[in-house]
Amino acid sequence: MAGPSIVEIEGVSFGYEAARPVLHGVNMRIPRGKVVGIMGQSGCGKTTLLRIIGGSRRPGSGSARVLGTPVNELDGAELYALRRKMGMLFQFGALFTDMTVYENVAFPMREHTDLPPDMVHDLVLMKLEAVGLRGASRLMPSELSGGMARRVALARAIALDPQLIMYDEPFTALDPISLGAVARLIRLLNDSLGATSIVVTHDVAETLPFVDYVYFMADGRVVAEGPPDEVVSASEPFVGQFVNGRLDGPVPFHFPAPGYGADLGLAGTA
Amino acid sequence: MVAKLKDVLGHLGGAVTARIWRLGFASRFFGYMLLHSGTALRRFGLTIREIYFAGVLSLIIILVSGLFVGMVLALQGYETLQRYGSSEALGILVALSLVRELGPVVAGLLFASRAGSAITAEIGLMKATEQIAAMEMMAVDPIARVVAPRFWAGVISMPLLAVLFSAMGIFGGYLVGVQLIGVDEGAFWSQMQAAVDVREDILNGVIKSVVFGVAVTWIAVFEGYDAQPTAEGVSSATTRTVVTSSLAILALDFVLTALMFTGGNAR
Repeated sequence: MAGPSIVEIEGVSFGYEAARPVLHGVNMRIPRGKVVGIMGQSGCGKTTLLRIIGGSRRPGSGSARVLGTPVNELDGAELYALRRKMGMLFQFGALFTDMTVYENVAFPMREHTDLPPDMVHDLVLMKLEAVGLRGASRLMPSELSGGMARRVALARAIALDPQLIMYDEPFTALDPISLGAVARLIRLLNDSLGATSIVVTHDVAETLPFVDYVYFMADGRVVAEGPPDEVVSASEPFVGQFVNGRLDGPVPFHFPAPGYGADLGLAGTA
Repeated sequence: MVAKLKDVLGHLGGAVTARIWRLGFASRFFGYMLLHSGTALRRFGLTIREIYFAGVLSLIIILVSGLFVGMVLALQGYETLQRYGSSEALGILVALSLVRELGPVVAGLLFASRAGSAITAEIGLMKATEQIAAMEMMAVDPIARVVAPRFWAGVISMPLLAVLFSAMGIFGGYLVGVQLIGVDEGAFWSQMQAAVDVREDILNGVIKSVVFGVAVTWIAVFEGYDAQPTAEGVSSATTRTVVTSSLAILALDFVLTALMFTGGNAR
């Protein structure tokens, strides 16, 4: 992929337990200004990869560089300094439930800047306007629908105009209208802010139309990558199974088990 | 047989090691929290807000309980004292019992049940709903922003609640002893005033309540922060907070009372 990279992942391996590795020698490059999708079935390691990029987890081997900085070598203060240039949208929004929509979006500004309150006010309303929820600024998170909560979380993620925005399963449990709105916003905000976006998801139909580049992961490895049209039309068996939702393919339907007959106690059967 | 014994010993050793490891983790957590208390103290509004949730909202249970404990003390105390013709000393009995023991201990137990459990559940749910992770990704330290203000709010609230508990208990003792039973009002108050020492009784009671406040709130914030991010995990953590805090209060009360014990030679 051409162009300077904002994230470079080289030979990253990781396991939450030594005996159960999650990532095996993953290599990725996320070019500046692009929207890149990381796709794969649940448990394939894509969220773990996002955590490594965000510095929440350190790889067992390999390196992850974000904005030219090796994330896995940073101490606490350096990591927090780097994170101020990142925004992240969590799976269900992760809004602070004891704060209003307005206060949620204002939170990063109040924590990291000395902006006067009237300027914070204007900026918060601008961010909320961008996601179409300026009118909901006084509501509490419990009063929002799932789609609205996701959009508020998006406004909060872009509060400090980050250079890198990460999305962890942004389409989970959304109705079609909210889903379309979030998908359009990811593209729109990325382009208007001049940011770079990484979208971790398993929603094929919604994601492929708006991403510039896509990585497919299976069992902690990158199995295919490229512009969406090229990857989907290629003959990689996992991508074919994943994109078309087929039962047959490299990912088996059955979890490994002993012989069916033996489990049922039928003598003489395998 | 030997294999089974080894198995049992292995499980026992594993359980003990796990608990020691957790105690070490809790101690490191405590140290980190103290080191990162700057935000809670500099932006004191954050701590004031938590004092409202931990302290002010605990007032009703503390005041009502204090009143009833004082009234029961007066009834039971009068029963015993009048056998020895010392019923005028009822004020001393009620005041010393409350200020030295019952105030800090019962207020501590109630605080653990009301505020400690709420703190654990709130932090645990923040973790389960990824609010803590979101804060970390926003480069905001959750220990400094979420945990430390709650800790200091608990430490500040606990002695105030214990003092209010004792004051309400003394008032309850007065209602029953003087107004209901008919103990002489002058003797009730004057003997109390003469017998209760600021340093030996009141200060020691306050020291106990501060120690209980530190213990309960430390346990509550640690259990919340260390909770498994599931409904069951938060539920277990909340239960552990109440059980561990209650046992800690009773054990610490014995240790502190033993340290403060003078055998009556101090006066």
